[in-house]
Amino acid sequence: MLAHSVFFYFFSVIAIFSSLMVITSRSTVNSVFFLILDFISVGCLFIMVGAEFLGMIILIVYVGAVAVLFLFVVMMLNVAEQKQSWFIGKKSTHIPIGLIVSVLILLELLVVVGGWKFKDDLMSSSTLNLSDISNTHQIGLVMYTDYILYFQLAGVILLLSMIGAILLTFRQRKGVKKQSYFNQISRNPSSSIELRDVESNEGVKIDD
Amino acid sequence: MIEIGLGHYLSLGAIIFFLGVIGIFLNRKNVIVILMSIELILLSVNINLISFSIFSGDIVGQIFTMLILTVAAAEAAIGLAIIVVYYRNRGSIRVEDIHGMKG
Repeated sequence: MLAHSVFFYFFSVIAIFSSLMVITSRSTVNSVFFLILDFISVGCLFIMVGAEFLGMIILIVYVGAVAVLFLFVVMMLNVAEQKQSWFIGKKSTHIPIGLIVSVLILLELLVVVGGWKFKDDLMSSSTLNLSDISNTHQIGLVMYTDYILYFQLAGVILLLSMIGAILLTFRQRKGVKKQSYFNQISRNPSSSIELRDVESNEGVKIDD
Repeated sequence: MIEIGLGHYLSLGAIIFFLGVIGIFLNRKNVIVILMSIELILLSVNINLISFSIFSGDIVGQIFTMLILTVAAAEAAIGLAIIVVYYRNRGSIRVEDIHGMKG
């Protein structure tokens, strides 16, 4: 139990510090790196608390895909010169209201957490026997039977987001020569070969 | 203090949620940091769902965590595509420069 608490405090301090650095660091690339650190430490917390499958999925999906996508976009968009003005903007009138709202949200969440300690004992709402099979096995038992519709809908959401991202960033460049297979295949000798009688010492104009 | 219970995990989720909301409000740099703050908020929601799922012995919270993960990945892809298109059209993604809707 002591090791559990030590590891919990270790990973949670790293997670809070890195999420603080995500929102305050000057360079956007550093923000992405701290976001990766945050995801890794929260994934370690998930593995530690007993949700191994979700911890590994967080490592794969968030660190491997989402954070690298952020890193690609940051490096592609050349935002490096915009890093110097953190809160110095002139018309920053929404900052105090934002602070008030954020602190209120934190206080409300902590009040909820504090009130949770005085609740009655937690009732297990599960119908599965969760003790003797692994976490991945439990998820598989429930996800592909009771929640198959939501699983398929998640797939549809991913497909739609892929189509949307490709459609948004697709652009037709001007002046790029491209092959047209239909024109290439459908031409015939009568339209592509022309026989001419060439006069002596005259030559022939090709492009007309 | 030594006994790690549900409250500790919920407090961690609350703090990360708070930092994400503050990151949205206080951001002066560019829109990518706002997207990262939204990712932080979704991560804190995942922490809450998983800790409730573990401490109450119900697996359904982890199923919904996977669904939230899917939605977060889709949102990041669409948001970054929109940012790339905006940068291509306007040449800047600073928060002050995005005032086309006068909001």
